[in-house]
Amino acid sequence: MLDALLQLLPQVFFEGLLLGFVYAMIALGYTMVYGVLELINFAHSEIFMIGAVTGVEVFRYLVPVIPNALLLLLIALVLGAAISGIVAVWVERLAYRPLRKRGAVNRLVPLITAIGVSFVLQDLVRLIEAIWHNEFFLRINSLPALEQSFSFLGIFIQLKSVILVVVSILMLLGLSYLVNRTKLGTAIRAVAQDMNTAALMGISPDQIISRTFLIGGALAGVAGVLFAVQYTTISPYVGFLPGLKAFTAAVLGGIGNIPGAMVGGLVLGQLETLAGTYMPTLTGGNFGTEYKDVIAFLILILLLLFRPQGLLGQVVKEKV
Amino acid sequence: MSKNLANGLVLGAAVVSLGLLLLAPGILTGLIAIAAVGLTAYLRASMPVRALALALLTLGLTLALARGAGGDILFIGLVAVLVSLITIPHVPGWIKGLLGAAILLISIPIAGFANSFLFELGIQIGIYAAMALGLNVVVGMAGLLDLGYAAFFAIGAYTWAIFGSPQANQFTAGGFPLNGNFFYLFMAIAVVTTAITGLLIGLPALRLRGDYLAIVTLGLGEVVRVLANNLDHPVNLTNGPQGITPVARPGIDWFRSLMSSIGIQLDAKTDYQLFFYLLVLVIIGIVITVNLNLGNSRFGRAWVAIREDETAAKAMGIPMLGTKLLAFATGAAFSGAMGVIFAAQRTFVSPESFTLLASITILGMVVLGGMGSIPGVILGAAALTILNIDLLKSFSEYLNALRQSGATVLGFNLANLPNQLEPAKYERLVFGIVLILMMIFRPEGLIPERRHRLEAEEAQEKS
Repeated sequence: MLDALLQLLPQVFFEGLLLGFVYAMIALGYTMVYGVLELINFAHSEIFMIGAVTGVEVFRYLVPVIPNALLLLLIALVLGAAISGIVAVWVERLAYRPLRKRGAVNRLVPLITAIGVSFVLQDLVRLIEAIWHNEFFLRINSLPALEQSFSFLGIFIQLKSVILVVVSILMLLGLSYLVNRTKLGTAIRAVAQDMNTAALMGISPDQIISRTFLIGGALAGVAGVLFAVQYTTISPYVGFLPGLKAFTAAVLGGIGNIPGAMVGGLVLGQLETLAGTYMPTLTGGNFGTEYKDVIAFLILILLLLFRPQGLLGQVVKEKV
Repeated sequence: MSKNLANGLVLGAAVVSLGLLLLAPGILTGLIAIAAVGLTAYLRASMPVRALALALLTLGLTLALARGAGGDILFIGLVAVLVSLITIPHVPGWIKGLLGAAILLISIPIAGFANSFLFELGIQIGIYAAMALGLNVVVGMAGLLDLGYAAFFAIGAYTWAIFGSPQANQFTAGGFPLNGNFFYLFMAIAVVTTAITGLLIGLPALRLRGDYLAIVTLGLGEVVRVLANNLDHPVNLTNGPQGITPVARPGIDWFRSLMSSIGIQLDAKTDYQLFFYLLVLVIIGIVITVNLNLGNSRFGRAWVAIREDETAAKAMGIPMLGTKLLAFATGAAFSGAMGVIFAAQRTFVSPESFTLLASITILGMVVLGGMGSIPGVILGAAALTILNIDLLKSFSEYLNALRQSGATVLGFNLANLPNQLEPAKYERLVFGIVLILMMIFRPEGLIPERRHRLEAEEAQEKS
């Protein structure tokens, strides 16, 4: 039995990597927004979902027009990033900014608003899809070119998976560069550290918060498109679980910590895939793959018990 | 406006509505009566006039409901009377008590006997109000955001559903379902199991800042749903997605004999409805008492301190973990008890009832009414329950009727309205909008808690 399990291992590792990159890209949005606003942006999972739906729609309409798979995917990625990013910015402007301007005392107020936004976006997209195509489950109209596969070291790999990995790595590198090397990145870090002082240094916190939402949203949009291409069937409620897990990933890496979110996403992707694959065998079929969603949650609980600051985080003093 | 004019208007509106309700009870007269309640609440008439107007309106609505006409609108009118009773200042306690008791114990049962849907509506409002009051301890008083409240509800419901149905024979020697009289014992058991679950979940999450609790409870809700869906193997504990049915109803022989001894004859349909209705009222009474007593105790003040400023509360020497855990476990226990009632009343339990949507619905009730405010939370529960199981459905039917009529409005043929436009299926959208609008425009809720009201006023004076 052990041999059979070991033989599966490279494939499992690869699948985990794919999932991990998706989580990492979503987790970045959570962690960046948490960094500047100390807000768990529950609506972020819906931003991801909007990216995925955009991907499906682009493929639905453009596959007959543009036969080139890579060009098509590029268009989907750009549109997904743009739409998700813009929605994220408007969510911030319409829902979160009024609260900030009023100087909401109660910490619950923004959290409850975020939950509300998440629900509104879910059903708005559902309504639009229902009227537009009368569909709830959306299946991507993929191209054969993206589905072609090859075998490497005994791993079954599809072209779309390779693209997922490459694009994710590029996005993560790009984000690192943006945050660490550019003026905008410096401003974001400054606002995250101390909003008032940053404002005194000539940075407009509102503008930087807006940009943070734009960047986080665009990343989630890219993740959404790649997710739709990779896993083919989505729905307007598809954001919830990846969102919850990506948040776990952000906590795993240390919330507010950008490299932490990447590491956390990758680690969580591996753990979940490992658990999902081996649990049925290890428990004699009693507890199957359906429990893999519970794993992320157990990790979150254990983490909060033993290392609440996360793998890479430091203990943060509360701002008073 | 002079006081005399206001007095005249309020009284006149009440008398006219009473007359209309007696002559032609229906949807239109119901709306007029609601408008009269609104006038009574907003015009500054003198207190005795307002009380008299409310009493007249109650009488009219009750008599109209007894004839079984214009059901839901008249029912909403009664709820409106209750709300104005609470919100109109300077009404003496005995009037509030008398009129409130008359509505709850006489008007609504009479309406229920005439139209059993209204009984069902009353029971559902009661169940949700009790749960929302439980969540109010967690969210409203202690300021801890619990997004998995339905998980405790589910644990309570399954506790009774498994043993109150043949389900338990799947993994025991047999002898199930238990007799309906065990129902009362299981309410106590559910209180204990859910409180313990609350402690276990709260222990890791509550040591940290509040935001983590939100996400952990969100996860908990999901885990409980996954468990309920999948624990049909290796041992069939929950019967998976099909759910468990039939769940035994409580033994109510004592209740029947009690009712017949005071001269109320019940038939096989209304006896359980009246029983559950009164049971839910009793529970709400208990929950309110606990709410008030806890709120005024050392713990209640500690919760408010934590809610307002955690760091300052800590500096004052309030033990964080214990105080928060108590609030969390109390809320969980209430939810568990209501779960048992829910299972017994529906006689059917399935994972479908305990989704994230259920948790958010209850949160919406607390937020809409006013976090920490007991009358507010009950109003929130009534409003959202009526919206959810009555108004949205009616609105869907209305749209359907419009579609079929094929009339043209402003050059647009109504038959072309998309079929998917069905408000009853978009609760998430409705609740989401409620949450966002309340948070942006009136975060203290419809009937704010005193402390929040003072804060809001202070903020207004400053700006």
